[in-house]
Amino acid sequence: MGIDLPLIWAVIIIFGVMMYVVMDGFDLGIGMLFPFVKGERDRDVMMNTVAPVWDGNETWLVLGGAGLFGAFPMAYSVVLEALYLPLILMLIGLIFRGVAFEFRFKAKDDKRHIWDKAFIWGSLIATFFQGVALGAFIEGFKVVDRHYAGGTLDWLTPFSLFSGLGLIVAYTLLGCTWLIMKTEGPLQLQMHDLARPLALVLLVVIGIVSLWTPLAYPQIADRWFSMPNLIWFMPVPILVLVTFYGLLKAVARNANYTPFLLTLVLVFLGYSGLGISVWPNIIPPSISIWDAAAPPQSQGFMLVGTLFILPFILGYTFWSYYVFRGKVTHEDGYH
Amino acid sequence: MFGLEALDLARIQFAFTVSFHILFPAITIGLASYLAVLEGLWLRTHHQVYRDLYHFWSKIFAVNFGMGVVSGLVMAYQFGTNWSRFSDFAGAVTGPLLTYEVLTAFFLEAGFLGVMLFGWNRVGRGLHFFATVMVALGTLVSTFWILASNSWMQTPQGHEIIDGRVVPVDWLAVIFNPSFPYRLMHMATAAFVATAFFVGASAAWHLLRGRDNPAVRKMLSMAMWMALIVAPVQAVIGDFHGLNTLKHQPVKIAAIEGHWENVPGEPTPLILFGIPDMKAETTRFKVEIPALGSLILTHSLDKQVPAMKEFPAADRPNSTIVFWSFRVMVGLGLLMIFVGLWSLWLRKRGTLYSSRPFLYLTLWMGPSGLVAILAGWFTTEIGRQPWVVYGLMRTSEGVSNHSYAQLGFTLVAFVVVYFALFGTGLGYMMRLVRKGPQTGEGDEPNPGGPGQKRTPARPLSAADDGHEADTASLSKGN
Repeated sequence: MGIDLPLIWAVIIIFGVMMYVVMDGFDLGIGMLFPFVKGERDRDVMMNTVAPVWDGNETWLVLGGAGLFGAFPMAYSVVLEALYLPLILMLIGLIFRGVAFEFRFKAKDDKRHIWDKAFIWGSLIATFFQGVALGAFIEGFKVVDRHYAGGTLDWLTPFSLFSGLGLIVAYTLLGCTWLIMKTEGPLQLQMHDLARPLALVLLVVIGIVSLWTPLAYPQIADRWFSMPNLIWFMPVPILVLVTFYGLLKAVARNANYTPFLLTLVLVFLGYSGLGISVWPNIIPPSISIWDAAAPPQSQGFMLVGTLFILPFILGYTFWSYYVFRGKVTHEDGYH
Repeated sequence: MFGLEALDLARIQFAFTVSFHILFPAITIGLASYLAVLEGLWLRTHHQVYRDLYHFWSKIFAVNFGMGVVSGLVMAYQFGTNWSRFSDFAGAVTGPLLTYEVLTAFFLEAGFLGVMLFGWNRVGRGLHFFATVMVALGTLVSTFWILASNSWMQTPQGHEIIDGRVVPVDWLAVIFNPSFPYRLMHMATAAFVATAFFVGASAAWHLLRGRDNPAVRKMLSMAMWMALIVAPVQAVIGDFHGLNTLKHQPVKIAAIEGHWENVPGEPTPLILFGIPDMKAETTRFKVEIPALGSLILTHSLDKQVPAMKEFPAADRPNSTIVFWSFRVMVGLGLLMIFVGLWSLWLRKRGTLYSSRPFLYLTLWMGPSGLVAILAGWFTTEIGRQPWVVYGLMRTSEGVSNHSYAQLGFTLVAFVVVYFALFGTGLGYMMRLVRKGPQTGEGDEPNPGGPGQKRTPARPLSAADDGHEADTASLSKGN
């Protein structure tokens, strides 16, 4: 059979995770922006901008988990065992955030502040540990005989903690520029003021990650700086800088849509950069998608259903965003 | 600490999250079909009462569905976090089956749930009914996939072991493994019965408070027909499931029966009650009926039922637990059959809606179906021990290598978070139940949903806020 099933599945899972990062990123960011916005009505508006779509965004995380289990059981087993604590804490954060979303609107006025806090802390914990997990993933895992052979707290490193903080900045900027696009008036102005410092901090974060990873991991340095890779991958950092310049310009001229779109481009570039650093490994530093793949009988069986259903999910996703396009104001009730 | 090892903690944690999770899908499966029946009846008869009930229960369905999605998110990761060795060993079979379950659920949500919950006044009647039927069907298809996976772990076939890992060779054999049809029937029926008793208890609550209207009566009546017909059917399915288990997992049956050894030449008695003691290899304080064990399990008076001592001690499940969890399930099942029969008798006498003792019993039986489902799953899952994949991999070989402290910490976190959050969710569902069905509530367009500008399309938002209307209806009722 000439079809490279592990490659197809890697593409599907990478796509799924990217959809997740792009889409859940901004609604987690909104949770983290809550502390900056005190007004109850403004907070209502912030939540209303994502209320119609947030649970669809989490769809991709579930699909990613189940897909990884079926298509790359070895990676699922090693990575999830190694990242036990950060992932469980991330899930608990996501549960808090999700339930807060619903019950904040249903709560009586005197109870609402509890769900506000659940929303803030849920978003923060979920994002931080997602970043920690990502950082630990890039650093790689010790595998002996197909099993994770490292310790309980191997994920706890300066780099992974830095990644956690970095992701908080990235998602907050996504949330901030999303709100610039979706709101108007004082709330939008406030987000305009926040966007510039957030963008600058993110630039520093990306810069540090770009230096830290090749310096600490020769394999990553080799991937980026050997010829001809250097030429092939050069557009990535150049595009990052160009995008940042555009973003700051767009914020300066009070643009509505451009800041969010450019932040998405940044996230996409950052994601690609990390992808370039680890590809084709699914368990860094040395186990590739082909080593960890499930037998073709499993991957083929799953592919049939996935290729059938994925277009429906995508169609539905785009349609919901289309239906809920435009600005959200105080007058728009949740119901 | 407490004599528990890391393995026990990993099991307790998984049992806790999956037990919490199963409650929501069970009600989802039952309510989805109930809603399809209600809408079908409304389309046929045009009786307002079916339409009112449809709108009342669809809100509760929506909240319940949302809870199921959030608690399900954790399950997609728990296989790997807690059972990484198992995931690597058996992922080639159980992973794709789980993926299909997830895909079905999302397909449902993407395709039909929105129309069902928000489309009442926006699409034609036929199309709306079609959406409801598809959601009901979809919940059953989801059940199909996840039970195929679980059943394969109980009675694995259709695979080869290559390089110490499972490789599927015949998917039809994997899916339609020997215990699958029985388990699927038993679980789907359990979901229907559990929902019927939940609905019946809601009706009883209103009737006991003097809030008597045609919709409440219809709720009780339909629930009690279900109890009368489906609860006995469930007992028959359960019997077949038991015989299937006897064939494929005899030691599980021996543990359920607390049956340690056979006396040569004598049929096996049935132990009604007792306390199986794993160390002493005996069942203490037992009350038994001679030959009944053979009669029930072999349908004969001379064949013997396998006994625990015929199996190595290392291969025996914990009889103390499964003996009792099984009896809780069966006891509740018998009680349900009794409620069904009592309801028939009261129906004949015309006092179904006014007999207070009956209504109190029905009220207290509200959670009985869910408790029976949990007891049943405890029986079959603990009865599968010490194997995670029966005969292929032991649970102790499948567990992740986590420390005691780490598992203890996350277990406490899960318990606190689940009780706080899903407790609030259940409280909210109860608030909706307390409102009761209102006449004509489906006449006003539902304010949410796709197609309306900037209104939510998520399941939970279909249930609009209750507390103001709640007080109004409470004062109306009193």
